[in-house]
Amino acid sequence: MKLRLEARPEPSRLALWSAPLLATAATLCVGFIVFTALGRNPVAAFDAFFIAPVATRYGIAELLLKASPLMLIGTGLAIGYRANVWNIGAEGQLTLGALAGGGIALAVGEADVPSALLLPAMFIAGALAGMLWAAIPALLRTRCNANEILTSLMLVYVATLLLSWLVHGPWRDPEGYNFPQSKIFAANALLPILLPETRLNAGFVLALAVVALAWLFVRRHIVGFEMRVAGLSPGAANYAGISWRRNIWLGMLAGGACAGLAGVGEAAGPIGQLLPSMSPGYGFAAIIVAFVGRLHPAGIALASLLMSLLYLGGESAQVNLALPSAVTGLFEGTLLFFLLAADVLVNYRPRIVAAAA
Amino acid sequence: MADSPAVPRLALRGITKRYPGVLANDRVDLDVLPGEIHAVLGENGAGKSTLMKIIYGIAEPDAGEIRWEGEALHVANPARARKLGIGMVFQHFSLFETLTVADNIRLALERAQTRQLRQRIRDVSSRYGLPLQPARRIHTMSVGERQRVEIVRCLLQKPRLLIMDEPTSVLTPQAALRLFDTLRTLASEGCSILYISHKLDEIRTLCHRATVLRAGRVTGQCDPRRETTASLARMMIGGELPHTVHRAARVGAPALCVRALDVAPDDPFGTRLAGLSFDVCEGEIVGIAGVSGNGQKELLAALSGERTLARADAITLCGEPVASLDAFARRRRGLAFIPEDRLGRGAVPEMTLADNALLTARDHGHVARGFIRTRRVLAFARQTIAAFGVKASGPEAIARSLSGGNLQKFIVGREIGQRPKVLIAAQPTWGVDVGASAQIRQALLDLRERGVAVLVVSEELDELIEICDRLAVIAHGRLSPAKPVRETSAEEIGVLMAGATAHETAAAEALAQ
Repeated sequence: MKLRLEARPEPSRLALWSAPLLATAATLCVGFIVFTALGRNPVAAFDAFFIAPVATRYGIAELLLKASPLMLIGTGLAIGYRANVWNIGAEGQLTLGALAGGGIALAVGEADVPSALLLPAMFIAGALAGMLWAAIPALLRTRCNANEILTSLMLVYVATLLLSWLVHGPWRDPEGYNFPQSKIFAANALLPILLPETRLNAGFVLALAVVALAWLFVRRHIVGFEMRVAGLSPGAANYAGISWRRNIWLGMLAGGACAGLAGVGEAAGPIGQLLPSMSPGYGFAAIIVAFVGRLHPAGIALASLLMSLLYLGGESAQVNLALPSAVTGLFEGTLLFFLLAADVLVNYRPRIVAAAA
Repeated sequence: MADSPAVPRLALRGITKRYPGVLANDRVDLDVLPGEIHAVLGENGAGKSTLMKIIYGIAEPDAGEIRWEGEALHVANPARARKLGIGMVFQHFSLFETLTVADNIRLALERAQTRQLRQRIRDVSSRYGLPLQPARRIHTMSVGERQRVEIVRCLLQKPRLLIMDEPTSVLTPQAALRLFDTLRTLASEGCSILYISHKLDEIRTLCHRATVLRAGRVTGQCDPRRETTASLARMMIGGELPHTVHRAARVGAPALCVRALDVAPDDPFGTRLAGLSFDVCEGEIVGIAGVSGNGQKELLAALSGERTLARADAITLCGEPVASLDAFARRRRGLAFIPEDRLGRGAVPEMTLADNALLTARDHGHVARGFIRTRRVLAFARQTIAAFGVKASGPEAIARSLSGGNLQKFIVGREIGQRPKVLIAAQPTWGVDVGASAQIRQALLDLRERGVAVLVVSEELDELIEICDRLAVIAHGRLSPAKPVRETSAEEIGVLMAGATAHETAAAEALAQ
């Protein structure tokens, strides 16, 4: 007897919905073995990972807070990914966005500018800066056929160093005891809090709005359709006269704009100033979020919540159970591995065949 | 003959193979005697290729028995098949273009067989009338020559059963006749040949016996030399061959004009187009014949706008220079194009029929201020499905789930449904069953009736002669002048397809008289 995968004539709806559940079950099984082998009570570990972080109002607010940038960036990246435009540099575009938005906040300083003017200006500047950073790989790709995966990734390090120079040098807070950080933003440059006594801010609403807009673009707009065609079948796109250059520009700029917005959201939200590093790797984690969410805006919204829960659960397990951070990384990796593996069942079905004579 | 004729070289009993959603072979029995040229006849999708894949060890049957010289056995893979003495020449070649003939052949042989290879290639190729130079690189060779490499590669392994899958689809009529001589010589030496085709005339002249497949089942066995084309067709399609109605042309003004078209190939092994000029007028069908790989791909890409050119007036559409415009801009000016590849070019395999209808019909009121008018697109898709009798569950069916012929009908319907002024069709009936082919040809004739200019690029000479008003031949990237079909013959076109110029043809004709 051997197991064989057979292509389904049409994708299975049942598998589409049950794949995440299957993956979760498989992860719990592996987790059970790992935690038992480490001599911990698996039930306590699961509790620390999945229940404790969201057992309080504050916990839920943190979940949504961390999900916001992931949701924003994932949605922007997915627009490009659907058209086979591989923007890997969202972390750099986020940094540039934070730098531009934060730059405006610092320039205004203590001057009395209403929030309703200042915050939109910061977000517009952030989106433009993210787009500018994403435009470099787009230009190199369309003019010189340079691979955007490499160029966008390399620009991440350029962006990080640029911000690092600014906060070590010209933008450093003179009263900050020589720490590499800018002044703390004035109150009018900070995002309003949604839930009192938590850190959840209006950035979350912005993220939801972007998800809704992206859904409208992908499903209903002709350009979204054309980009989908280009991703599924470049030959058919060329046949139908869909410009690959335009797709690269749109794909890169959409990702850059969303990452830039997320950067401003971090600077004007939980951080409130500019630091040498503005994100714990949201730009890279959002790539995973985009794929776990199957490049669909609603899926990405859910996947960003899952990723955020893994972030919080990892911290909670480290603090409460003194588990090494490597174990939390392993647990996250296992879940993503099973999620992507279970996706195979959407297009294929397993069949047991008699072994060859 | 070495073997006793009583024992079939190959006997299949009750071979059954099921693919998801389709029963490809249903209890197929087949006997091939030593030294016999045995035809397997059937429409596309009848299960011929699946059966051959089972014999050659590429696919495994779900049920049934294979007997080789009287002995039941299991053909696990093609290497095992070759060891038994089964050789196969595929419809689509598997050769490395950058390597030489000898290197390509060496790759397929076992080490012990590669000694003095070049000499042996020369010996075998001259013995069977398949001239080959072992040191030549594949990319410099025509399709017919490449097929010779594949055949010689099989022959060097001294096969006792040779499977030929639609071998003449890439040959000129003359080259096909030479191939038949080779196959007859082989058969007279005791080699059995399984000859797969849907061309009835060929089977009648070449084969000793024919097994007819329809929808995966054997529907008849006969001696094709004693049958008529019509009786074979009845066995193959279970009905009469459909006829097309061809009325006199009412030719109008030129709608598509090509002037001194020069195109350098994108692909290093492509063909350079050199100074092509021709017109297609309203209300006529112009055909371009030729063996594939002679510049058709480059010409079609330049005409459709998949490749744009710097000199805009190389191609004019209804008087407007369009060569520098992209494919969609040309469509807006009244061009429609049916490409030869359906999945991945003419249609997106993973998308629904409705989405695929929108693929090329992105104006025609299907989009308002950038947003898709879903209801109109669905209506257009439904209309196309109904008008062309496409067998599909509806506009939400995934393109990949349709059979090749049905998808082609949908694509033809979609292009015609956009009411073009000029329609270009590449291999419109390639891989399509007889009934659907006739329907597609009739649709092209109806368009001509309505005053549309139609250009058909095809390798199927019979089809071109049936529907075209004028016919030109492309060879080595050059185009012969288009001649009215009535003033030419299959023989003359065959000579042109082989690459001779019109001048040489005239000389050959003079000599013959």
